[in-house]
Amino acid sequence: MKNSIFVLWLIVAALLTFVAARLIDNAYFYFAGYVVLQYIALATAWNILGGYTGYVNFGIPAFIALGAYSTVVLHKLTSLPLIVMMLVGGIVSGLVGVGTGYLTLRLRGTFFSIATLAMAVVMQTLVTNWAFVGGSRGAYIIRPATVQYLGIDYIQYLFLMMLGLCVLTVGVARAIEKSRLGYGFATIRDDELAAEASGVPTLRLKLIATGLSGGFMGMAGAPLPYYVTYLDPASAFSLSYAVNTIAMPLIGGTSSWLGPILGAILLGTLQQVATVTISSALSLLIVGVMLVVFVVAAPKGIIGWFWK
Amino acid sequence: MDISFDLLGNALVSGLLLGGFYASVTIGISISFGMLDIVNIAHPAFILLGSYIAYIMNSNYGFDPILVSIVATPAFYFLGVAIYHVYDVSFERRGDTALRGLAFFFGLLFITEVSLTLIFGVDYRLVDAIYIGPTLHFGVIDLPLRLLVPALVSVAMMGILQLYLSRTFIGRAVQAVAQDPLALRLMAADPSRIKRIAFGLSIATASVAGAILIIIQPIEPSVGRDYIGRIFAICVLGGMGSFAGTLVAAIILGVMENLTATFFGPSWAPAVAFGFLLLTLAFRPSGIFGRA
Amino acid sequence: MSAAPGITPPILQISGLGKRFGGFVALADIELEVGRGERLGLIGPNGSGKSTLVNCLCGTLRNESGSVRFEGKVLDGAPAHQRTRAGLARTFQLPRPFGTLTLAENLRIPILYAVQSRDGRAAADIDRRCVALLETVGLADKAARLPKDLTQIEMRKLELARAMAAEPRLLIADEAMAGLSHGEVDDILALLVRLNEEQGITIILIEHIMRAVLSFSQRLVVLVAGRKIADGDPRDVVRQDDVVAAYLGS
Repeated sequence: MKNSIFVLWLIVAALLTFVAARLIDNAYFYFAGYVVLQYIALATAWNILGGYTGYVNFGIPAFIALGAYSTVVLHKLTSLPLIVMMLVGGIVSGLVGVGTGYLTLRLRGTFFSIATLAMAVVMQTLVTNWAFVGGSRGAYIIRPATVQYLGIDYIQYLFLMMLGLCVLTVGVARAIEKSRLGYGFATIRDDELAAEASGVPTLRLKLIATGLSGGFMGMAGAPLPYYVTYLDPASAFSLSYAVNTIAMPLIGGTSSWLGPILGAILLGTLQQVATVTISSALSLLIVGVMLVVFVVAAPKGIIGWFWK
Repeated sequence: MDISFDLLGNALVSGLLLGGFYASVTIGISISFGMLDIVNIAHPAFILLGSYIAYIMNSNYGFDPILVSIVATPAFYFLGVAIYHVYDVSFERRGDTALRGLAFFFGLLFITEVSLTLIFGVDYRLVDAIYIGPTLHFGVIDLPLRLLVPALVSVAMMGILQLYLSRTFIGRAVQAVAQDPLALRLMAADPSRIKRIAFGLSIATASVAGAILIIIQPIEPSVGRDYIGRIFAICVLGGMGSFAGTLVAAIILGVMENLTATFFGPSWAPAVAFGFLLLTLAFRPSGIFGRA
Repeated sequence: MSAAPGITPPILQISGLGKRFGGFVALADIELEVGRGERLGLIGPNGSGKSTLVNCLCGTLRNESGSVRFEGKVLDGAPAHQRTRAGLARTFQLPRPFGTLTLAENLRIPILYAVQSRDGRAAADIDRRCVALLETVGLADKAARLPKDLTQIEMRKLELARAMAAEPRLLIADEAMAGLSHGEVDDILALLVRLNEEQGITIILIEHIMRAVLSFSQRLVVLVAGRKIADGDPRDVVRQDDVVAAYLGS
C-alpha cells in the first residue's frame, strides 16, 4: 500500500473513532480513550528508536515531561492554541533527545540507555527546583470548558488532538519502515560495523531516530497539563509511563508499526479496566509481569503469532 | 556564601563515609555490568529487597540488620543464579541482550518496586541498632557511627570479594570471562556456569548493601531509582570492573554530593550523580583510570 | 616506490601509518602504494597487523600517525561510511550480514547508501541489481531468505556480494576464502579476477591460503609484527629469507 493511501485509511479510522466516541457520548470514555491514544502515540514513537534501531530509551518520562512543562510555561506566558504548544513541546524534547544522543550515541547502546535514565532524573531535579513551573508543589492549569470554534467540550478536543497525533506518528512510522531510512535503521539494529562499511552514516541516523522519537513523545506529553489540570514532577516523571511505553511495543511486536498499536490498545484498555476494578498499583504490576513474560517467552510479540 | 571550615570539613568526612557506602551498592554492578557486561538495571531493586528483609527481621525480632543481611546472602545468591539462568537462555543465547535483555531487567525493577509498594506501602521505614544513634567527635569533625559502620562493612565486603576473585579458581575464571575468553577456554571452564556464579555473587552483595542502605537512610520502595544513576556513574567512572576504581569513584561522588547538598540544598544532590554520569559517558567513557 | 609507475597516480597511498593499542604497537610506519587496477596480496602471520591495517584503511579504527590517501584525497579522520561512499569497500573476516534482512535486502543497503550517495540520485532497478549480484555469487535462488539460513560458505559469498554492491574502485577482501574447499576457493578467485579485469576494480586480497594468494596477486606485501618486511613480485617475495623465517620459524 502506498503511504498516502495508508495515511488516508488512518484518517478514516481516526474519524470513525471520533464519531463512535460522539455516539457513546460519555465523558469517561473520552478520559479513558485519551490515555489509550496517548499510549499509541508514545509506544509508536518509542518504537521508532527502540524497535527500528534497537536503542533502548528509558528516559520516556523526561520526554513526556519536557512536552508537558513546555505547555505549562507557554500557558503561563501566552495564550497560544494547543496545537502550537504541542509543536513547541515536540521541538523541545526532540532537541533534548538529539543532544543526549549526540553525547552518548557514539558509545555502546547500553550506555545510551543508562544515559537516558540519568537524563530523566536530571530533568526531574531541574523541574523540582524550578519555582516558575511550580517546583515540587506542582502547577495548576485551568482547562477551558469548551472549544468554541469547534463547539465541543475541551476533553473531546484533547481526545481529537491525540487522535491527530496518533495519525501523524503511525503515518511516519509506517513510512519509515520500507524506506531508505528504515533500511538504514534496520542495519543499525543488526550490525553497526557492517552498516558503516556499507555506507550507512550510523551516527546521523541514530540522531534522526532519537530526535523523531523524542519529539513525538514530547508532543504526546504537551496536552497532559490540560488533561490532568494539576501537574507535579512526581506524576509527570512517573516510572509507569516508562514501563508502559516500553512494554507496549515489546508485547505487540517491535518489527512493524502495528505492534505498538496492538500493545497500546491491549495494555491501555486492560489498565483502564483494572484500575477501576482492582487497583492502579496492581494493574501496573500486571504490566510489569506481562513485559517480562513476553520478552522471555514471545520475543516477536503478538504480531509474531500471526506472521513471521 | 559563608563557607566555614567546620561545615566544609564535616561535609568532606561524611562524603567520604557516604562514598564507602556507595561502593557497597555499586560493587554488584561492577561485577555484573563491569565484568559480565550484563546491564542489570534492576540491581537497586534487589538492594531494596535486602533493605526490607533487614527491616522485617529488625522491627519484628530485633535482629541486627547487618547480621540479617549476611545470613540472607545465600538466598540472594540463588535468586541471582536463577535470574541469570533465565537471562542466559532467553537473551544471551538468542543474541538479543540489547533490546529485550534490557527490557527484562527494567521489568524486574518495576515488578520488585510495585510489589514492595503493594506490601509495605510508600511510608518510610527504618531500622534500629546500637550504632545508629551515637557519634564520635574528633575536634570539630563528627563521625556518626550510622555512616562509619556501613562504610567499614562495605570496605570489608569489597576486600573479601577481591580476595575471592584473585585467589580462587572460580574467582580467576570470573575475571577471565571479562578480560580473556580464550584463557577461560584454556582453563576448561564453562562460561555459562562461571557467569551464573558471578551474577549470583553480584546479587548476593545486594543483600548486605540493602541492610547498609536502611541504616543510612529511611527507605520507601522508589528510593532504589535514585541509585541507578549513582551506581552506573560510579561503575563507569571507576573503570567498569575494577574494585579499587569503584571505591575511589564512589568516594569522589559521595564527597561531591555531600558538598552539593551542604552548599546548595539537598534537592540538588540527585542531579550530581546523574550529571556526573552524563558527563562521564560523554567525555570519559573509559573511566578516570581508563585509557582515553 | 614499488607501485607500477605510469601516468595514473596510485589509487591508495599509505604513508607512515602507525597504530597502538595501549602499549602494544600493532602497526609501525607502514608505507604502501597501490596502483589503480592492481591485484595486491597481503600476507603475514596471525597477529601481524593485517586486520588492523584493513580497519585503519576502512575507518573502523583510527590510526594515530601517518596518513591514508585514496584517489588523492586524505581519508584520515573520515568515518567508515564516507570511505565506502568514496569507493573503498571491504569484506569482514567473519561475515557480518544484516540478520533481520533478506539476502536481497542485504545488498540493497550499499546501493541505497553508498552508490546513491555517490551518484546523488536514486538508483534505478535496485531489485534487479540485487538479484544480478546474487547471481554472480550463485545465491540468486535464496534472495528472499534470511542470512541465518545460509551455510558458512554462502555467508562468505554474501559478504563479498555486499562489498561489490557498493560499486567500489578498491575492494579489500579480508580472508574471504578461509574454510572453503579447493573448488570454492577457485570460484571466488575467478570472481575476483573477473572483477579486476572486466571492471578495473583494484583489489587487495588478505589471505592465508598461499596457493590462492600466489595465483591471484601481481604484487605481494608481507607484514610481520606490525611492520612491512617485503613488497614486490610474489615469486621473489616468498623466497626472501626473512619471509620464510616469519612463516616457518627461524
